[in-house]
Order: sequence, then structure tokens, then C-alpha cells
Amino acid sequence: MAEMEDTFDAIVVGAGPSGNAAAYTLAKEGLSVLQIERGEYAGSKNVQGAILYSDALEKIIPEFREEAPLERHVIEQRMWSMDDTSHTGMHYRSGDFNEEKPNRYTILRAQFDKWFSAKVKEAGALVLCETTVTELVKDLTGRVIGVRTDRQGNPIFAPVVILAEGVNGLVGQRSGLRPEIAPESVALAVKEMHFLPRETIEARFNLKGNEGVVIEAMGTITRGMTGTGFLYTNEESISVGIGCIVSDFAEGEATPAELLEAFKAHPSIAPLLEGSEVKEYAAHLIPEGGYKAIPQLTGDGWIVVGDAGQFVNAVHREGSNLAMTTGRIAAETVVALHRKGEAMDGYTLKEYERRLEATFVMKDLKKYKGIPGLLDANKTTFFGTYPRLFSQAMQTWFRVDGVDKKTKEKAILKSFRDSRSLRGLLGDAWRVARAWR
Amino acid sequence: MHIVVCIKQVPDSAQIRVHPVTNTIMRQGVPTIINPYDLFALEEALRLKDRLGASVTALCMGPPTASESLRKALTFGADRAVLLTDRYFAGSDTLATSYALSMALTKIGEEFGTPEIVFTGKQTIDGDTAQVGPGIASRLKLNQLTYISKIVATDLEAGRITVERRAETGTQVLATKLPVLITMLEATNEMRRGTIAQALEAARAEIITWNASDVGIEDLTKCGLRGSPTIVKKVFAPTARSEAAAMIEAEGTMDAKARAVVDAIFARAPGVEDDLTAQALHHYV
Repeated sequence: MAEMEDTFDAIVVGAGPSGNAAAYTLAKEGLSVLQIERGEYAGSKNVQGAILYSDALEKIIPEFREEAPLERHVIEQRMWSMDDTSHTGMHYRSGDFNEEKPNRYTILRAQFDKWFSAKVKEAGALVLCETTVTELVKDLTGRVIGVRTDRQGNPIFAPVVILAEGVNGLVGQRSGLRPEIAPESVALAVKEMHFLPRETIEARFNLKGNEGVVIEAMGTITRGMTGTGFLYTNEESISVGIGCIVSDFAEGEATPAELLEAFKAHPSIAPLLEGSEVKEYAAHLIPEGGYKAIPQLTGDGWIVVGDAGQFVNAVHREGSNLAMTTGRIAAETVVALHRKGEAMDGYTLKEYERRLEATFVMKDLKKYKGIPGLLDANKTTFFGTYPRLFSQAMQTWFRVDGVDKKTKEKAILKSFRDSRSLRGLLGDAWRVARAWR
Repeated sequence: MHIVVCIKQVPDSAQIRVHPVTNTIMRQGVPTIINPYDLFALEEALRLKDRLGASVTALCMGPPTASESLRKALTFGADRAVLLTDRYFAGSDTLATSYALSMALTKIGEEFGTPEIVFTGKQTIDGDTAQVGPGIASRLKLNQLTYISKIVATDLEAGRITVERRAETGTQVLATKLPVLITMLEATNEMRRGTIAQALEAARAEIITWNASDVGIEDLTKCGLRGSPTIVKKVFAPTARSEAAAMIEAEGTMDAKARAVVDAIFARAPGVEDDLTAQALHHYV
């Protein structure tokens, strides 16, 4: 019996957003799917801020709002540039976001992933937890034909293996399908969950019902390293965290824990967390190398989706939606080939990449392909000098101290010229504009 | 031979949280695990299966989600899983639980053969009573062997089992007639890792699910809250006993260091010295 049954139409490695999206889509279309997860249960290894972007999930499970554990829908986005004692903010809040089908929510991944995985099982996929894929099984031509796990026994076979194994991509690496992830292409983020009564959160952030606020911050909080801080409101808790590029951390400016402590103690953040109780601490890697860091995505019998494919838009703090979208499209590609009875080789699976090109995933990553390099080359300027200059300028401008406005204006312009020179300023503006277009 | 292992799904106490506002235990989102003590019982059953070719049934009473724990038991190598679930069982204390489980065990006996051995863990980590195992044994009139550290021999033909039992005064070697209920002590074995074939089979397996009437329970007043004379009057968090740790500094040989530690302890708790002296004298007399 075992001999026959150890063959599936597809094997999905990993049970994060991309793996779940892929396994769900495949199973829903009637393919026999085996999903293998190394964690104790689906989601046990997963960490995220976390924001859920509705659109990507809606395309997979349209009715998710009725069942998925969601915390608050986001009605306000705050973008902060911070120096050591202040922040300059751009806030956007809109009643329009109280729509019938809100476009993003804060979520707690532990609960959300449990739900998503239950949907995968419901759709008919076989989910195997506490099992680590140790290597891909290849035939004589190098074509991937199955996986071997850390459990005793025979390999499991499938014409296609979807690698949704997350940022580290160890299986792909060990099997020689991809290089080791470069420290310049990956951020290390740490976060804490702070519990606060519902009413306190709502009063503190001016919220009603399930409305939520998102704060994204950059500036001296990362001590000249490329990175950002964040604060999200959940139903009865606040997620607060900070992350920087790993190669920057390696230079030893500060540890992630130190950055988080300082961020929480910042006069703009501390009052928001006052009286809260820390209940969880988590850390995770985020692939932030962008378009240029995307590894080979398909080959004979294999496809890469989600973080394993570097599908994160670091500029917009989007990742899980790219993960779900790539997972879904990989699955749709496989379903189409399966129906036509075509082989799943490097040539036919290229269809996945073509389909991705047509979506926001590749379009956005392409648009920002210059950003990671630009930030890395100018990190002390963008994450130190400018936030300081903005804050000083604001303070000069808003402080009423008997100095006339013309003099203030001059002082502000001088402060910018002194620290960046006119050429530097124009150069920065040009470089940003070029990287942004 | 047929062996039944009773397992319980419990919240992972390492990850449990107390709600900071209401001070109640937050069960939502807390991962559940198989009661760790039950794993020693299950592994011991699987070892008997390896040795004697027994078939192993895992039995669990709990909410429908407890099927996850049963599936895990299958992954380890159990042959069959039975979930006993009914809303009438909610709020069961040890009396009601052992009643429901013994009814299920009787039904298991009818369907799959009377078990020669029923295993349970020493106790659960959420209830800590250690009463359910013995409760089942007395209801089903099984010989009971509690706190067992080792199964020494199983003679099926003679219907006899020999075990080691850890007692306060030492290790007892006990033999009794089958059928028997064994509560297994912790750290007596190490749970195996199921093979890939077992894991796949477990993922596919149907969990046999029975409710109260399926196992022949007619009198529902014996079940759940109504059948439970135990009343939880109050739940509270213990106040922390925070005593500052003392650093004892000592130089010299190991003996000198040991003496310094003992002296410091006696100085702090004079009663300890008297007790130890009295005990030592008692042993020598």
C-alpha cells in the first residue's frame, strides 16, 4: 500500500503564507498534495509584524473575513522620520477605510496560521508537521522527482516540488538550486507583543471598535543602519519591533535587542506602550534584497515561492501578500500543466515567471530594484543625517522664540547645506528619484 | 495482544499566559500538546508492540480538536485512535472522566478485542491528580500498577506481567495477572520518531469518534459537570516567594567549600540541622 501512496501530484515544502496558498490552491483544484512542515504545527516557526493584505488572500479564499482570526482593520497609517527625541510624521487617516471589506488588517500569526492551515487540510491536502525535508531527490538527469525527510523510510515522489521553505531556503541551498542568502540581502527583525486593555488602546490611538493604526518609522532609531521600526495595534495588544540589514548588524553598531529597547524608550513611542505587559518576544529574518536578489525560480520539477524567492517589497513593508500571490500563481501554473498532462520541467514551469511578471509582485520589485543598493550606499545619510535635519528644521520652525521667520528659514537651509552641501542634496534627490521611478 | 493507551490533550504549560487584565488563563492561541507523562506510557506500549507484536489503540477524551493529539499518537506508531467527545462530558472531574473512559474501554474491548494492558501516564500536567488511571482500574476491575518505571517481563501465555515500581523507599519488583492498568512514570523511556510511512498514514487516518451514547452511556448525570462532585471554589495565582539568593563564598578544598555551604544553610535554618541529626540517629539505631 505504501509504495503506491507515496506519490503525489505535488509536494509543498513549508506551511507559511506562500506554502499554504500553494497547497490550498492545488488541493482545491483536486490535485493530491503533500505539504511538509518542520515546525510542531503549521505556523509554529512563522513570525511577522503582522499586517494581512486582503487582496492577496481574497484571491485565494474570498470569504476569509467571515472566518479568519483578524485583529483590527487599518484606518490610519503613520510614517515617521525620527531623531533621538522627536519625530516628524506624515499621517493618513480615512473614514473610507471603514469599508465593508477593509483592505488590510493587523493579525496575530499564531492564530491566523492555524486557521489557514485548517483551510488547507479542509481543501484536501495532506499536511505533515514535525517533518523536515532534508534533500530533494533527483533523477539521473538532475530533475527533481521528490523529497527525502528526516524521518526514516523511502523518499516521497511528485512531479513537482514547490519550495515555500522561507527566507533561509536551506533545502534549495543544499540541493544546489540556489546560493546561500547574502547578509546584505536579508534583514533581522525583532518584535515584542505588549498587552494592553482594549479600551486603553482605543483611547490612546483614537480608535473605535475594530479600527487600527499602523506606525512605520525610520531615522536615528537604527543608528545609521538600513532598517525601520514599526508599531501595530492589535485587538488587545500592540506589536512593536525594529529590523535592520544583517550585514549592518555585523558591523556591530548595536544589537537588535538594544535597538528595540531604545525604540521602546523613545519619547514618541514610550507613552504608547505605557503600562503594557510584554508577553512575547520573537525574531525573524526578512529577505530585503529586492529584485536583484531573486534567485533562480524554476527548474526541472521545482518552483520557488514566498520568502525563499526573496519576494518582499521592503519599501512598502509588504511580504505576506507577495508570498500568498506567488504561492497561488505557482499552484495555478502547476494545475494548468497537470490538466494538460504536460511535464513539469524548467521550460514549462517558466510559465510561472511569465504570470508573475504580469502581477504587482514583479512590477513592484522591479520598480524598486535600485532601492536596496541606494540605501546601503547612503545609509548614514538616509538613516541619520536627514532625519536629524528634518527634526531640527521642524523644531526651528515651530519654536516661537522671538526669532523672525526669515532668519529661521535661512538657518534651516544653512543646516542642510552645511551637512550635505548643495551638490550632495541635489545628488541625493536625483538618486532617490532614479531608484524610485 | 491488545494495548490501549489513554492520552489527554493539555495546553502547553510552557506557553500558557495569564490575562494581565482579568487574571484568568488565556487558553486561546495556546498550543496544545499530548500530556507529556502520557508519552512515556505510549512509548512503553509501542515497545511492547515491537517485542510482542501487540496492536496499540490510543484513546482520548476531549473536545473535537483533541483529534490532533490522537493523530500525533498515530504518527508515533499507534495503530488506531479513538476520540471520545461529547458536550455532555464538558467539566468532568476525575470521577466522571474515569467513568466515561471505562465505558469507552469496554466498547473498545467489544470492537477491537479486550485489552490486556491499559496504559496511562502518571498524571496530567493540567490536573495533577493522578486519579483517572486508578479510577479506570477500579471501575473495570483491572489489577493496577502505578508509578511503574520498567516493564521487566510479559508472559502472555501465563497472563502475567512483572514490573518495577518506584516507591519512596526504593524499587519494588511486582508481578500480577493480566489484564492490568499501568500508570507509567516519567523519564522511563524516550519517545521514538515515527517513520515517514507512519507519519503519512497518520495524516490520512480516520480518527474513530464516539459520543456518550456510542459507548453505551445512558445515564448522563454521571457525565460532565453533573457527574462531577469536585467543585473548584477559587482559582488564584500563588504569591511569589521571593527570597534573595545568597552568595556563599568559600576558599580551599572541596570539603572546606562543602562545609561552608552546610554551615551557611544551618545558620539560616537552624531547624534543618536538628532534623538531619535526628534522622541520622534514627537510621543508625
